[in-house]
Amino acid sequence: MKNTKERLSERVFLAIALSTLSVLALITVFIIAKGVPIIAKVGVLNFVFGMKWAPSQGSFGIFPMIVGSVSVTLGAAILGVPIAICCSIFLAEFAPVKLRNIFRPAIQLLAGIPSVVYGFWGVIFIVPFIRNYLGGPGLSILAGSIILAIMILPTVISITEVSILALPRYYKEGALALGLTHWQTIRSLLLPAAKSGIVAAVILGIGRAIGETMAVIMVLGNAVALPTSILDPVRTLTTNIGIEMGYASGEHQEALFATGIVLLVIIMILNAAAQYIVRRKRSR
Amino acid sequence: MRVNPKTTQRIAKVLIWSSAVLVIVILLNIVFYILIKGIPQINWQFLTEIPRNMGRSGGISSTIVGTLLLTLVAVVIATPFGIGTAFYLTEYTREGRITRIIRFSAESLAGIPSIVYGLFGYIFFVTYLKLGWSVLSGGLTVAIMILPTIIRTSEESIRAVPHLYREVVFSLGGSKWQTITKAVFPSALPGIANGIILSIGRCVAETAAVILTAGSALRMPSSLLSPTRTMAVHFYILAREGISMEKAFGTAALLIILIFLINVVFNMLVNRYVAKGR
Repeated sequence: MKNTKERLSERVFLAIALSTLSVLALITVFIIAKGVPIIAKVGVLNFVFGMKWAPSQGSFGIFPMIVGSVSVTLGAAILGVPIAICCSIFLAEFAPVKLRNIFRPAIQLLAGIPSVVYGFWGVIFIVPFIRNYLGGPGLSILAGSIILAIMILPTVISITEVSILALPRYYKEGALALGLTHWQTIRSLLLPAAKSGIVAAVILGIGRAIGETMAVIMVLGNAVALPTSILDPVRTLTTNIGIEMGYASGEHQEALFATGIVLLVIIMILNAAAQYIVRRKRSR
Repeated sequence: MRVNPKTTQRIAKVLIWSSAVLVIVILLNIVFYILIKGIPQINWQFLTEIPRNMGRSGGISSTIVGTLLLTLVAVVIATPFGIGTAFYLTEYTREGRITRIIRFSAESLAGIPSIVYGLFGYIFFVTYLKLGWSVLSGGLTVAIMILPTIIRTSEESIRAVPHLYREVVFSLGGSKWQTITKAVFPSALPGIANGIILSIGRCVAETAAVILTAGSALRMPSSLLSPTRTMAVHFYILAREGISMEKAFGTAALLIILIFLINVVFNMLVNRYVAKGR
């Protein structure tokens, strides 16, 4: 009696655990089933490298949006990553305990603020600033990069901090005992030793940035054209879906699912890279 | 020319401190700007009346109810699956192919952008299962989104339970099921609760996935199959379409207060948990 109950509970737990897998499978299957026909019809190369997006005329080229996603994300990484790494060094090495106890929840709050609020704040502060002082329409790659740089801070800071704190204490003690300054210890010992964790943090941050929709929808201007400068408006893969899903139907809708497939492929590659780096480190 | 290490250290320290200060200034700027503009809008009428005239007048009561219902559905569905998966990964198997596959699935789910969840929820729950734009469709979609968080936090807190606890139950003749229900689950509970609280925050803040699956209807939801508009979606529509800045600020302020309270509860639980563990 007891044995059957034991076995039953194990089966139930296995079934529950496999539901995670089945949900992932369902998502993949449904998005692909809905998006692949239009890619097949247009042709993979024409879809991915096509310059013209005019759903009403049957033109489905998403290259400008890929450029948009990549440029905004790259901008976010360039602006956000150095600040995030400085903040995690601050938390792990420099901050007095009291300050750390304020700073950590603050970063948490930053992570919790809805993305639409960031977008709105960007429209009110960042966009007019760019328009008045740097030129262009304000709604631009730069505005999106700034907002996303702020939004990826919590991810990059927390993972980097954890990987710095995970280093053995004697690394630091040995270096300090040899007469290195605190900063020399950090730069020449702690940061290189935590490198794989930091790289994984940056990749995950980039993954977040490239997948973000609602914040950038409000500040990017959403024009479907190849940008020539960081002050130009762009549309990203995510915002393309966010803007047009509300009214799209037929092939147009399928093309938005196909956009989702491209986005998924990019994210999968990024995640695989992050997991590979973390694992390689662990196996050493 | 070699720069004195003491000088480099001073420069580095200045950079590091100013980054930290910059981040705090940005956070305070966002939070206080929204609160200062928004709090004056929040009053009894704002909280209890349904939006009228597309949200230009009236309150936001139906969006508050929509947010709560959708969050409730998501948490009630995701929690048993998340905790169950965590128990399977920690208590029932050795590390092997199955655990690797399940962990890979959870990590992949965590990386999927919310707009893609929205696409999936739309095609699967709204269209294929014919649930329509509804609290249920939105709740199920968000449930999948928060599943990885609940799995990860539950797994961590189950792993943190000392082995001794399990051994005591076993040595008293207890079964695996009894070790889980009597020993592991109670001591892992605070950690599991933290995961759930974090997830509630995500549900409340989510917009992209919800707008595609729950719709944007302004009336009070009467059942789980009614379409609804959550506070985050309401704020987005008010702000983007310029319907009413006052109401937008009020909604955003309420959202931030809510997220803040959720974080406070989270930190209180963590601190109590840490204090108990010592």
